[in-house]
Amino acid sequence: MSKVQMKRVFICGLNSERQEALDLLQRAGVVEITSGDLDQDGLKTVDAGAERAEAVQKSSQAEQALSILDEFAPEEIGLLESLEGTKEIGLASYDERSGHIDEYMSKAAELIRLQKQIAEHRSAIPKCQTRLETLSAWKDLDIPLDFSGTDKTKVFIGSIGQEADAAAVYSLIQEQTETEEPVDLDVTSFSKDKMLSSFMAVCHAEDAETVENALRRINFVKAPSSTLIPSEEAETVKKEITQHEEEIQKLVEEVKTYAPERDNIRLAADYYNLQADKYAVLSKLPQSENAFFVSGYTPAAYADALSEKFEKLNAVVEISDPGEDEEIPVALKNGFFSGPMETVVESYSLPNKFEIDPSKIIACFYYILFGLMLSDAGYGLILTIGCGYVLLKVKNLKPSMEKMMKLMFFSGISTTFWGFMFGSFFGDAVNVIATTFFNRPDIAFRPLWFNSMDEPIRLLSFAFLIGIIHLFTGMFIKLYQLIKAGQIKDAIYDVVFWLMFVGGAIIYLLSMQMIVDMLSLKFMLSPAVGKVGGIIAILGCIGVVLTGGRDSKNPIIRLLLGLYGAYGITSWLSDILSYSRLLALGLATGCIAQVFNKLGTMLGNGPVGAIFFIIIFVFGNALNLAINVLGAYVHTNRLQFVEFFGKFYEGGGKQFEPFTENTKYYSVKEEI
Amino acid sequence: MELGLFLAVLGAGLAAGFAGAGSAIGVGIAGRSAAGVVTQEPSMFSKVLILQLLPGTQGIYGLLIGFIVLSQVGILGGEIPSLSKGLIYFAACMPMAIGGFLSGISQGQCSSSAIGLVAKRPDQFGKAMIFPAMVETYAILALLISILSIFGIPASI
Repeated sequence: MSKVQMKRVFICGLNSERQEALDLLQRAGVVEITSGDLDQDGLKTVDAGAERAEAVQKSSQAEQALSILDEFAPEEIGLLESLEGTKEIGLASYDERSGHIDEYMSKAAELIRLQKQIAEHRSAIPKCQTRLETLSAWKDLDIPLDFSGTDKTKVFIGSIGQEADAAAVYSLIQEQTETEEPVDLDVTSFSKDKMLSSFMAVCHAEDAETVENALRRINFVKAPSSTLIPSEEAETVKKEITQHEEEIQKLVEEVKTYAPERDNIRLAADYYNLQADKYAVLSKLPQSENAFFVSGYTPAAYADALSEKFEKLNAVVEISDPGEDEEIPVALKNGFFSGPMETVVESYSLPNKFEIDPSKIIACFYYILFGLMLSDAGYGLILTIGCGYVLLKVKNLKPSMEKMMKLMFFSGISTTFWGFMFGSFFGDAVNVIATTFFNRPDIAFRPLWFNSMDEPIRLLSFAFLIGIIHLFTGMFIKLYQLIKAGQIKDAIYDVVFWLMFVGGAIIYLLSMQMIVDMLSLKFMLSPAVGKVGGIIAILGCIGVVLTGGRDSKNPIIRLLLGLYGAYGITSWLSDILSYSRLLALGLATGCIAQVFNKLGTMLGNGPVGAIFFIIIFVFGNALNLAINVLGAYVHTNRLQFVEFFGKFYEGGGKQFEPFTENTKYYSVKEEI
Repeated sequence: MELGLFLAVLGAGLAAGFAGAGSAIGVGIAGRSAAGVVTQEPSMFSKVLILQLLPGTQGIYGLLIGFIVLSQVGILGGEIPSLSKGLIYFAACMPMAIGGFLSGISQGQCSSSAIGLVAKRPDQFGKAMIFPAMVETYAILALLISILSIFGIPASI
């Protein structure tokens, strides 16, 4: 239906025009290039791997420069702008600016250099701080740390790994000396804690060896050597830290001056990305001495424009219909309403070549199912207005974001509709506010159809009805596809018999008192209609049993397989029951909203109560909306993928991936 | 008299408590995988967050059942139930308590694997989301039975 018709395209051009031809192909973005046919004489591919690697490296350099800019001079962008995709830029302006690409790259290199310097200064600071900490133990010492004594005296400056004051250190040393008499010794303590005691010991020069040996036994560690007095050195280190900080400050300021270059560096990043892609394609193209060849697929709609453009480049373009056995890439094209469904279909699998594009068909069901699961007019309005506003305000949304916004926009409309039907507006907010603050319990948001909270069974029956319609639609699509493919027998065996079987059974069930009571339906089919339904179901069942195993030659196995096929009715049952989630999720939304509304009224109707109510109301409903939009999205997808697609859709098509501008910031447009 | 109320509140508590515990375990399991993915690929944050949140719904369903019961048995509204009615409330809460607890854990494990899938193939997000959603089906069915039972308790008992 709305699968894009593909044509095979073959281009032969002169090598002298190759560069321009590749640019044209890339900007047009409508040709998927397949690996060329190398069997012909004299054709070979040229390896452009090295050039490609260089372009990739340059592009990542530019990206690195951009991330440096983002770190030190972040760009202020609004919430809406952050949703924007690539900026469009005219061909002339792009060509003009890409002439300065080297200049932009040197700016990027400069930024990377500055960042390196900043990193060096940053790593120097912790080193200085460690030094300061060590020095702080010696702050009262008024001689340099590596002072070793005078002619007559010997000085030991250092620390031991235990807690000891001057007297304790003195006795520790005396205990360890080998002489009988205590040595003349003077100990000054500078700091002590549980792990470390720093001190200075002074003795006569002739006792130096004795004291040193004693010190070694108590695991004395010499202070770090330094020719400066500790307090002075601390000052210099502090100055060093300030210097580093000032230097960083200066460098950051310098980085900030590059902020205006941001757009240019972005262009450079994109430019080299485009180059890299071009080289990748170039490596695939078969070439002779003077000519190059491109083969691939293009949407039929662009075929003529493409040949026209290439004829200007003196190239020959051949357009032909793809062969039957080729695996043709698939692209989907849908309008405003069903366009968002393409993402849903793509996330399952693209249609294979026998299948139609299901986007249009699932669109209606998707919005209805989503709306039923959320079913609250307040939430629906938020979704519709929010997404509508973004769609109107932001012109060049990222394509995936645009589809998502549209999806939520339509789902929001449906949600609002069902909200009105079942009388839910932020749950029972209208009634709660009227009752609590205005003492008017008679005011409420009345349902147009029925209140799903009061009559859950009625909603359940409705959910089953939607499910049966959904599943039967799937069967009819299968019927259509089989008839179109000329498999009339399969159409009757696999679809018509099943429709008779299931449809007849449903009619029969609806004529039974028990079922009607259980689903609290307001009508009951007459026994005569029920009987007809029963007969149709039995005929269908017989048909399924007789034909279900037709692939097998052995009649007994065929019958057994047929019986097993008829057992498939249980999967129909579970498929239909699966739609009960429409009720469960719909009730969950309303109930949770009610919970929060009720919580909000707990402080009464005074001014404090009103403020409390507003806070709880806003917070609670925001939470409920977020959780249930996620739930509705996931479960709508599930109903489409598992129940609906299970009836007719296989997928497995290969995505159309044209050679195009795969850029992050700019897109250069060349209309085709 | 109050025994009926006690049983109803016990049921509400078990529904909210067990389903919440199941979700907490599930979200926890998925969250560990999610954190692992984000260390490598910070841009995947929003995708893995959605997958992490999927097992969180059981807790909400449990809260829902608990709240509906409390609002019918005289705690937040309604009348204090008789003993037999209290027993029915208790029984009605059980599907949610059991189904919510076990499916929450199981969905968490499934989400965790789905997060691994998305980490390797970010384009397969749609499919990755479906696997945990399959598990959730049974929590929804449990919720359905609990809701239908509670709403369907006849006033005359």
